[in-house]
Amino acid sequence: MSTWLNRQAFRPDVTVAVFFAVVALFFYGSILWTFYMSLTRSTLIPNYQIVGLDQYVKLFTNQRWLVSCLNMVVFGVLYILGTLAFGILLAVLADRNIKAESLFRTIFLYPLAVSLIITGLSWRWLLDPTTGLQALMRDIGWESFTFDWLTRSDRAIYTLVIASIWHSAGLVMVIVLAGLRGIDNDLWKAIRMEGIPLWRAYCQVIFPGMRPVIASCVVLLMSEVIRGYDLIIAMTKGGPGISTEMPAKFAVDFYFARVNLGLASAASIMMLVLSLIMLAPYFYSEFRRRT
Amino acid sequence: MSSISLRKIKKSFGALTILHAVDMEIDKGEFVVILGPSGCGKSTLLNVIAGLDECDEGQIVIEGKDVSGLEPSGRGLAMVFQSYALFPAMTVRRNLSFGMEIAGTPKATVTEKVAWVAKLLQIEALLDRKPGQLSGGQRQRVAIGRALVRSSSICLFDEPLSNLDAKLRAETRVELKQLHETLGSTMIYVTHDQIEAMTMADRVAVMHKGKVEQFAHPQSIYEKPASLFVAGFVGSPAMNFLEGRMDDAGRFVTADVPIDIDGYAFEGARPSGEAVLGLRCEDIVVVEPGTPRSVPAKLAFTELLGADALGWFDCLGKRFSVRLGVEAARSMHKEVGLRFDMAKASMFCAVSERRL
Amino acid sequence: MTAATVRRGTAFAPRAARIGLYVFLVVSAVFFILPLLLVIMNSLKPMEEIRQGNLLALPVNPNLEAWATAWASACTGLDCAGIRPGLWNSIKITIPSVVISTLAGALNGYALAQWKSRHANMIMLLITVGLFIPYQAMLYPTVKILSTVGMFRTYAGIVFVHIIYGLPYTTLLFRNFYVGIPDEISRAARMEGASFLRTFWSIILPISTNILVVVAILQFTGIWNDYLLGLIFAGNDNLPMTVQLTNIVGNSRGVANPNVNMAAALITAIPTLVVYFLSGRYFVRGIAAGAVKG
Repeated sequence: MSTWLNRQAFRPDVTVAVFFAVVALFFYGSILWTFYMSLTRSTLIPNYQIVGLDQYVKLFTNQRWLVSCLNMVVFGVLYILGTLAFGILLAVLADRNIKAESLFRTIFLYPLAVSLIITGLSWRWLLDPTTGLQALMRDIGWESFTFDWLTRSDRAIYTLVIASIWHSAGLVMVIVLAGLRGIDNDLWKAIRMEGIPLWRAYCQVIFPGMRPVIASCVVLLMSEVIRGYDLIIAMTKGGPGISTEMPAKFAVDFYFARVNLGLASAASIMMLVLSLIMLAPYFYSEFRRRT
Repeated sequence: MSSISLRKIKKSFGALTILHAVDMEIDKGEFVVILGPSGCGKSTLLNVIAGLDECDEGQIVIEGKDVSGLEPSGRGLAMVFQSYALFPAMTVRRNLSFGMEIAGTPKATVTEKVAWVAKLLQIEALLDRKPGQLSGGQRQRVAIGRALVRSSSICLFDEPLSNLDAKLRAETRVELKQLHETLGSTMIYVTHDQIEAMTMADRVAVMHKGKVEQFAHPQSIYEKPASLFVAGFVGSPAMNFLEGRMDDAGRFVTADVPIDIDGYAFEGARPSGEAVLGLRCEDIVVVEPGTPRSVPAKLAFTELLGADALGWFDCLGKRFSVRLGVEAARSMHKEVGLRFDMAKASMFCAVSERRL
Repeated sequence: MTAATVRRGTAFAPRAARIGLYVFLVVSAVFFILPLLLVIMNSLKPMEEIRQGNLLALPVNPNLEAWATAWASACTGLDCAGIRPGLWNSIKITIPSVVISTLAGALNGYALAQWKSRHANMIMLLITVGLFIPYQAMLYPTVKILSTVGMFRTYAGIVFVHIIYGLPYTTLLFRNFYVGIPDEISRAARMEGASFLRTFWSIILPISTNILVVVAILQFTGIWNDYLLGLIFAGNDNLPMTVQLTNIVGNSRGVANPNVNMAAALITAIPTLVVYFLSGRYFVRGIAAGAVKG
């Protein structure tokens, strides 16, 4: 091994080329293939004749797809705002020189190590009206207590929001806390010398300076929203009815359970387009800054 | 036979040209310092010689062999880096032996050479430590050791002393010079520090904007700078400059005052047109006001430097620095005359900026 | 710590606010602990207790019966061998996937950090975008490619997919670490005659211990917790624990055996939780590093 290692020239090019070939084939090649499939009438068996945008027309007249998209928007907005607000609040509090900081941090962060499947199951058990929180409250004497969102088609989506905020708030906290710890101590001294109230110091001085940190949190959370699959499977399976269906689940169901390759591919491509649109501003500013 | 010949080396990064056709002949055993401000291309030139950067055009010949296309390790060179670049996870001993290990040198030879270098640089006690456990000066010695142990006849240095404090830098300077005399190898040393250049070099190449402005013995660089840039860059305080022109009578006229320049040895025929007169602070003499061949001046302030002093005078619309004795500086009058030693002055063409 | 005390000391906040702060933190902590507590408590209850009370009641006679059932005899579809086979599958999938994707990411990351080219930025953009591509847009072609070479629904197939899908992420993490290492070290190694691979192996890898641990932990958590890829690519003989867990839960139809389900969920969660509690500092650092992707 040693002599073989020595005989190579000092060239990273080969490694870069191999790696890039893998990325190009499995990532970008796959996307092109999926796009091609979305233009065909493939069902169980791939059909290689291009028929145009038929599948996209079918997709956007499909009730379940439209509901999925709407659900994703509602879920996404609430989840991102909720996680950001909660995570930032926890970070600010954890940064106020509190006792047992590491204990609190450990508690706030452990959900990240738990899979979304287990997250979904736990919250399903906890929010199940006949055995969970509602039952406990009624058992201890609060007979009128009602929390049955999990089984109501107009509310079930909010239980997904709660469970996913539980899973991700620690992520935002850690990232924002790292940003807060990176702030120059002299800035805090200046804030005290100027007599700026604490809440204004955060809103007008500290957070505006941390915009890139918060932007990267939003990007991470957005990609979670678009990919969201496991949590739904474990918690609601898309129900009651189709009230918690989302695009990721739609695509997987149509690939594997309903074997409608063309429609599933069209849905996947729409998911991709959506991700790129959402991420474009971030990438634009990131890469312009760098060059 | 020269040790290294650089022939028309050109290098650019995109639209930015770093090296404009650099030519240089370096003799065997010579200590050459490449001196210049940051961004002049000196480090790029060193990297091109080492083979760490590829040049766009030109040829590098080392000991009679064209090495332009070769990998750095195939060129028979050693190099000391500015940040030392010791391998962090390896002990000092392994840092020294790593290159020989790769080259497949027999174990006994490796041990012998490491021992020789460790003794030469007095780093025997450090051999089993990791770089993280060494002081800056010790790391520096190891970095030099790593270059020496390869027994290359040519050694490259990229600002090796710039991370040391002033005292250690002065000591290491002397040691490096002695090392050069002991080993007799060719050394190419890049720096922006003119003291290092003056004290160590057999010859100094002053670089500016990707060109070699002058390649000569350090004393002649100081006394007879080939260009306005070299004159301004070398020497502290900087050379005093007077902009003016040559009149028909062969005198130099500045601010309507003619100055007699008899005694100045022109490179060619006595020129005409716009010119710049340059004078070092020690080539100006303070005289009584009104003395013949002097110009009137007014003392602004003096700086005591310990061994001697500097006087700053307003004269011909410019501020001049003049080297003075400490006693003279203390008793200096306000109104004086300044007389220029034309034999030691420099004159430059204002257009080409070359020496006249 | 003195500096921090000065800037964030009590003088800045009145006493009432301080108390409010702790109340909020404690309530938040309860919110975070509640689901875990529920699962632990109920996994220790015998079935009678579950039937009598609600899930949040404390266990009266805690025992490990449900754990034993979940481990060895709970039914996943037709087999009733518990979650034990899933544990072994998850281990044998996760270990090679983590090791290979981490080491390959380190090599690629170093290559990208060393690679000076006009196209470097373009490639970085393509790789960074690659992190955010929804799996759905790549799933079917990957299935096709793997079935063509006979690896679809095999052990080698699932490991391969985890490695490939993890590679852009590990590569970027390492690349961001390696651009911070002075270039002169690589140049010095090159002067000594070391090849690219030799430099990576002898010089760079030995100083990458911290980042290796960080990336390996992130990859371990991600791959162990994966559900979708395991479901599609592993094949029936290699289903990872997460998939087996949903089978056990789905099989028992709702509330039939919640104690067994919860024990199974805990067994599945234990490995990543243990890694999290043992490696807190690295885990946190990894998340912060992962956040500044690209």
